Amino acid sequence: MYGGGYIHQDPNQKPKSHLAEGEDPIRLAEFEARIAAGDKIEPRDWMPAEYRRQLIRMIEQHAHSEVIGSLPEGTWITRAPGFRRKMALMAKVQDEIGHAQLLYSAAETLGKPREQMINDLINGKSKYSNVFNYPAKTWADVAVIGFLIDAAAIVNQVANSKGSYGPYCRALERICYEESFHLKQGHDIFVFLATGTEVQKEMVQQALNRWWKPIMHFFGPSDKSSVHTETLMRWKVKMASNDDMRQQFLNMYVPKIREVGITIPDAELKKNPLTNEWEFGDPDWAEFYEVIKGNGPCNSERIAVRKWAEDHGRWVREALLKPSHRYTVPLA
Amino acid sequence: MKLNSLDPRVNRMELPDENPYTDQVLHTMEHWETYEVFHQKKRGTQHVHCGIVHAPNADMALLFAKEQFARRGETSNLWVVKTEHVMAVDYGDADIFETTPEKVYRDASGYKVMDRINEFKKKQNA
Ligand SMILES: [Fe+2]
Ligand SMILES: [Fe+2]
Repeated sequence: MYGGGYIHQDPNQKPKSHLAEGEDPIRLAEFEARIAAGDKIEPRDWMPAEYRRQLIRMIEQHAHSEVIGSLPEGTWITRAPGFRRKMALMAKVQDEIGHAQLLYSAAETLGKPREQMINDLINGKSKYSNVFNYPAKTWADVAVIGFLIDAAAIVNQVANSKGSYGPYCRALERICYEESFHLKQGHDIFVFLATGTEVQKEMVQQALNRWWKPIMHFFGPSDKSSVHTETLMRWKVKMASNDDMRQQFLNMYVPKIREVGITIPDAELKKNPLTNEWEFGDPDWAEFYEVIKGNGPCNSERIAVRKWAEDHGRWVREALLKPSHRYTVPLA
Repeated sequence: MKLNSLDPRVNRMELPDENPYTDQVLHTMEHWETYEVFHQKKRGTQHVHCGIVHAPNADMALLFAKEQFARRGETSNLWVVKTEHVMAVDYGDADIFETTPEKVYRDASGYKVMDRINEFKKKQNA
């Protein structure tokens, strides 16, 4: 998992008219030429302040999503049906934590220490993917998360891995490789249940009914009209619009859901043969904004569990800390 | 009221249900220093830089590196070195490498005497 397209914008931040405001025009031109030529930007390169800020925000939010995203699935490790499923789920959840570590490192190279990022998660200043504020009620929810949320994340992560910031691209390359295992094991559970007994089939249908709206929210609301999208795309921070990624996801996965006899809970979902675009019913964006604000079913639990883990691990970390330790920003 | 979770383990934590957001939780350096990790896939190949781990000492860094970079696929060896001990050229000084591609005299392809040999042979036979 789990970098959604939606990047939370701090409402208190004064919006800039354009992102390159006040930058040295010569260095900016060199920087943009490098990106246009397909070169990567490395940590100690000159970069516009907004490029750095937007990347930190995006990579940090992606890292938090990996950590928090492992919680709804982690719940099911002890109750996974059978040894093979349990081993696979443990491996997946460990991968997700590994992804968080890779991503925190990439964000660190831009100058924000990991402790500060985790503090900002716990104090609510930075967000994580909204889907993880929903609970995994049954084993079939694990199937839907592993199959479809990971699939959605892959669409986003494959796009971002062609971005301009070297450390983020390198982390994503490794992450995408592991995500394909997550998707396969999720699809395996999904197909197993959908083609199983009536009870199993009903279970996975109910789970999809619960998750469809959050899945549609995953890429975020339309951002084609956003003032900053154009600059972020030129800087290869953002690689595809939210709408385009959502369409790509629907193109690939709607048939895979339907082929095993599961119904997508949106009567208005259909492909327009003229535009070749999927049209869908209102996924309730009001709910999306409500949940982002902190009023989803699991927001409090997710943060409280994260804080508990930090509080209870502190004595070990402090016991191992030496006064001589000095923080150095990672190289790459 | 206590937070009511679907996860029995979470319920056993007895988490408070009030606003969980708090300001300072982790202090600076709580996650220790960073180590750069080098991974060797097979014997006989180079160790290749693959990322970093946060660790309180080199032994723990190797342990974390094993979990993070060697949990699937093939690994024959790992190195770790403290980030602060790595010296690096500044990307801004990249011009020091600029003339290197022009140094054809350092390259086998920079030596082409066949034309001259053929010329010489032609003259000899003439
Ligand atoms: Fe994943
Ligand atoms: Fe992931």
